[in-house]
Amino acid sequence: MSGSTSSVFFGLSTIAYIIAMVLYIGYLAFRKNKVGVVATAVTIVGFISQTLAILLRWKEFYEIGQMGWLRAVPLTNLYESLVFFVWCLILAYLVIEFRYKNRSFGAFITPVAGLVLAFIDISGMSKDIQPLVPALQSNWLLAHVMMSFISYAMFAVSFSTGLMYLIVRTEKRSEPAYLFWTIMLSVFILVLCAMGLDYMTFKISVKSQEELIKGYLFKATFRNSSSAIAFLSLGVSVAFTFFIWRFGGALKKVITGLNISAEILDEITYKSIAMGFPIFTLGGLIFGAIWADQAWGKYWTWDPKETWSLITWFFYAFYLHSRLMRGWKGKKVAMVAVLGFVAVIFTYLGVNLLLSGLHSYGSQ
Amino acid sequence: MEKGKNKSIIDLVWDLFASVKLAVVIFSLIAVTSMVGTVLEQDAEPERNIQVLVKMFGVGHETAHSIYSVFDSLGFMNMYHSWWFVTFLLLFAANLIVCSLDRLPRILKLVRENVRPLSLEHLEKMSIRKSFAIKGSASSIKDDVTSSINKIGFKPSKAAAENGLQFYAEKGNFTRLGVYITHLSILIILAGAIIGLKFGFNGTLNLPEGQTAPVAFKDKGTQVPLGFELRCDNFDVEYYGDSDMPKSYRSWLTILKDGREVLKKVISVNDPLTYEGITFYQSSYGSVGENMNNGIIVLRVISSDGRSNKVNTKIGGTFTIPGSSIEGHVSNFSPALSVDQSGRPFTYDAGLKNPAIHVELPNVGGKPYSGWIFKRYPQTWRLPDGSSVEFLDYWGVEYTGLQVRKDPGVWIVYLGCIIMAAGLYITFFMSHKRLWVNVADGKGAAKIVIGASANRNRAAFERDIEKLAGLLGEATKGENR
Repeated sequence: MSGSTSSVFFGLSTIAYIIAMVLYIGYLAFRKNKVGVVATAVTIVGFISQTLAILLRWKEFYEIGQMGWLRAVPLTNLYESLVFFVWCLILAYLVIEFRYKNRSFGAFITPVAGLVLAFIDISGMSKDIQPLVPALQSNWLLAHVMMSFISYAMFAVSFSTGLMYLIVRTEKRSEPAYLFWTIMLSVFILVLCAMGLDYMTFKISVKSQEELIKGYLFKATFRNSSSAIAFLSLGVSVAFTFFIWRFGGALKKVITGLNISAEILDEITYKSIAMGFPIFTLGGLIFGAIWADQAWGKYWTWDPKETWSLITWFFYAFYLHSRLMRGWKGKKVAMVAVLGFVAVIFTYLGVNLLLSGLHSYGSQ
Repeated sequence: MEKGKNKSIIDLVWDLFASVKLAVVIFSLIAVTSMVGTVLEQDAEPERNIQVLVKMFGVGHETAHSIYSVFDSLGFMNMYHSWWFVTFLLLFAANLIVCSLDRLPRILKLVRENVRPLSLEHLEKMSIRKSFAIKGSASSIKDDVTSSINKIGFKPSKAAAENGLQFYAEKGNFTRLGVYITHLSILIILAGAIIGLKFGFNGTLNLPEGQTAPVAFKDKGTQVPLGFELRCDNFDVEYYGDSDMPKSYRSWLTILKDGREVLKKVISVNDPLTYEGITFYQSSYGSVGENMNNGIIVLRVISSDGRSNKVNTKIGGTFTIPGSSIEGHVSNFSPALSVDQSGRPFTYDAGLKNPAIHVELPNVGGKPYSGWIFKRYPQTWRLPDGSSVEFLDYWGVEYTGLQVRKDPGVWIVYLGCIIMAAGLYITFFMSHKRLWVNVADGKGAAKIVIGASANRNRAAFERDIEKLAGLLGEATKGENR
């Protein structure tokens, strides 16, 4: 059965990315070239098997749906889109590794890939192939969704290089840019940890990951029914943020040791946005609008997803203008790049999971 | 722009709108208010948003109610159409126009300016440069130089230079306009949107099977005459396998003009019908509750020897098997029939999800027969003697939910989108490339200096120049052999 074959390849790629992560970190620590070569090789193996897995799933979907190849693209639910996002991210990383002949970056990208794939496994997210609802049965599906995710992956790259740029370029703890990146990093880690705790606390009582995030977000920590726990979580968060702020310099030393200059980081940030922005505009906004026009007769309705896409678009348009026209280069634009990706995450996940939760009655 | 000492008000306003600061302010205003608009549900029942406020701020219902009134009076409950949000958008457009016009003359000058020969000192300062010597003299290799430059896609001009010749060429100087094309496209899209709002409408129409409508309904229930009539001949849902998940739903529509049928089309989601500028989109469906037991049962009855007959009947009605006198009777009906664990049939939904009729025939091949016949399951259609009763449709109890739209501006929006795609492509993937090849005669060899520049994607152009240097070397080698 091709279904099991595709999941075998998915499993293989998850394992490969996790091994690659260990190898890349080892390469950073010991600087042995052989380790780096093996890390690259393992990443490529993971990438190939993931490509095969996606293609197999595509074929499977095609055979079940009987609606043509274009409409069988495996990109129609959270699981499939996360997998494709990882695929794009690894592809972007491999391109960067070969272009810039620098492997250090792998230690930052492969963990993201491994974590996302592991998160899919642990969270028990539905991996079933779901038939398409009529609104999704359109040839725009492939172009719209695929281009959106390619641009998201580009923006993810610019996010990490932008953050690294800020880490490398900030000197004083009182600097706004230093405060910005330490708080940003802390919030990111804290939100992930809080969601992990939610999962561990409530996994028995909920059916799906979506329900967990919609109904139980931060219920284990900040929004716990016991105010003592809520305050404790808040206290721990403040302490953690302070810790990152106090010892952020150590991170700077690690990254400076990577042989990546601030200029290259800035260049990669710019180039990935300069690639991602037109792809996002065309695939995400324009194709989305045309599709909506053909399906519902409204190319723009200001629904939360559309509005957040537009806000994201504003962020990156602002990035490009401030950089090109005002000579705003450096830390300020890097902050815009980082914020832009926060908007991307919100467009992709926040709108579906948070806003719809806010508008539902069930969870209260 | 004239820069006098005493600026008039017009100049001041112009400068204000040409400033990037104002652009940042407008960008931020649109972004922040838009964010608020996604949190508060737009155009919703007040109670829903009061609940949202309760959840967000953790306040009591009373407080939430007063916060709601404040937001409501500011227009946040339908904010994308409020006067101030529209003003932001118009300010954004004005800012975009003035900013572009302010910078355009300078850029146009750059675009019109043709590449000119440059001194050697200039070439040495170029971001891309190469210098090397080859055998021959400027006059003997000039054709080779021209053809080599042609090979990398440029058409060079020639000029006399110190001790020799200079070749120079450029490509893509219009690409500097890409940004302005993109800006223009945004304005075109906005213009198309305004035309659509002004001269078009958006409405809905729930049309039961068999009925005809001359109007559609706008948001507040106002009628919009269509100028023709629309009839729904049939509506049908197709499901995935045994599930109740719709795979597709379709409406058979007919346009009537002055009582005559002028157009027929089967529409489905993503496949609308357009007539006289008005488009009908399949958007939803439902059943007309009070009609549920009054529908027309459409059957095709086929005898065991293959004679078939199409029959329209009702609940409690009868049908005959062709070529015989055997009469059947529809004794029961369910819009959505299922069977419970003990094998008892029951109706699980009020909608037409799995319609079934119970038929009773006193004599089929000598025995009486009765049983349920499902529209969705042809295997239930066969009777013991080889004849069959096909349950084709239960007609007249469902309505098709249509979105009705007239938007004369949509083509302008589409045009804007195409221009935007072109503008972005030019801006991000093309560049203005210039190159100079200076050939100076020396002692027995010609000294070649190549200088080049590109305003974007320099690395790719550098490879082209690398190739050019290689071509020049090869071409002259061949000559000396």
